[in-house]
Amino acid sequence: MKIAIIDYSIGNVQSIFNALSCNDIEIVITSDKNIILDSDALIFPGVGAYKRAMSELNKRDLPNILNDFIKTGKPVLGICLGMQLLLETSQEFGVSQGLGLINGKVIKFPKETKGKLPHVSWNSLSTASFNWEGGLLDGITEEDDFYFVHTFICQPSDPNNVLAYCNYGDQKFCAVMQKGNIYGCQFHPEKSSKIGLRVLSNFIKIASK
Amino acid sequence: MRKFRLIGRIDINNENVVKGKCLEGLRKIGNPEEFASKYYQSGIDELIFMDAVASLYDRNSLIKILKETCKKVFIPITIGGGIRNLDDIQEALNAGADKVAINSQGLRDIKFIKDAVRSYGSQAIIGSVVAREFRYSWEAFLDNAKHRSGVDAIDWAKSLEDAGVGEIMVTSIDRDGRMKGFDCKLIKTITESTKIPIIASGGAGNASDISSMIDKTNCDAVAISSLLHYKHTSIEKLKDSLSKEGIQIRR
Repeated sequence: MKIAIIDYSIGNVQSIFNALSCNDIEIVITSDKNIILDSDALIFPGVGAYKRAMSELNKRDLPNILNDFIKTGKPVLGICLGMQLLLETSQEFGVSQGLGLINGKVIKFPKETKGKLPHVSWNSLSTASFNWEGGLLDGITEEDDFYFVHTFICQPSDPNNVLAYCNYGDQKFCAVMQKGNIYGCQFHPEKSSKIGLRVLSNFIKIASK
Repeated sequence: MRKFRLIGRIDINNENVVKGKCLEGLRKIGNPEEFASKYYQSGIDELIFMDAVASLYDRNSLIKILKETCKKVFIPITIGGGIRNLDDIQEALNAGADKVAINSQGLRDIKFIKDAVRSYGSQAIIGSVVAREFRYSWEAFLDNAKHRSGVDAIDWAKSLEDAGVGEIMVTSIDRDGRMKGFDCKLIKTITESTKIPIIASGGAGNASDISSMIDKTNCDAVAISSLLHYKHTSIEKLKDSLSKEGIQIRR
């Protein structure tokens, strides 16, 4: 089992590497096309600004490589900004184009949000209409907390792509999304203590099926 | 729902955990990696490593401690003390830190904070306010509370927010290490003057100090050190007490 963490000089990839190291697998940090396509699963990290992230991806031809990888049916997990980049557009600093791998947009927490921004907090998930068993959130309950830090939220067009919601300041937003073999989580599993490591090992299980 | 965060603050000098009172008279009390692992295993929500002497000489040992800690501690980690340029930030983030706390260099040059936010995002930059109370106001100090800045601490907090930091940590020099309660007026004034999350530091002596401070100030997180370092309580007990007081925390 080999997992590739996409390296495009944005975000703390070492933390994800460390968190995955709890599992008995090979992990590579790379932006090389052949190594990526040769991997069994892909982690797509990211923190910071949307536009800069897209330009770093484009510099390395990563949008095309990601597309090719997804066609193979092997799983991809976008984390935080990595999740947001999977959608079509973002309203961060004007409108930016995303990868468009899942239909939908990224918007700022609405003005009515009754809480400070950024949303920096541990927070729990609630189910959409789906059963979490056997998937990315296998073994997770609505009591478990994950670490979030973000100001923008994902709005997939198709509610069927929402695997879990989270509630902050009376705003219910998409915390985990899935479309086929494409997954995204807004929280940081690599920084969410033991319960976050569980999500990563669930992802590895999906990849080994 | 917002959950209040308990942050373990570990001040470091060379390779040792140190703690004093009012940020002075630092005593060596243990090994940073051991403290960090223990707090992580007991359920702390985040950790902050502060370079207590902002050492010009021995930055490498802090980076080494950070790298080792990140191999076994899977919660957000902040590093602060002596961050002077973008390379320092890059080095800290590469070593596994999620955020850096900046005070002195920001007071000397606010553009540095703006550049840091632009390069690494708000979520990676914590503005640090280290304040001492005077009769009618608080003054911001720099170089780990050694030098006066001449800047009003509340104004400094507002400038940090304007420069784009994601959070502000407020340390009361007067209350640090004394375990006799927080400077709630200082924390409340900053919480009410800004819109971003505020971390209160300096003064936690027991669970009710923390719960009454939250009640009075509406801050978002607390950084604790002596209370844990000297084993006055455990993180589990602290969380039990705060829960009983009706404070939402991660269990």
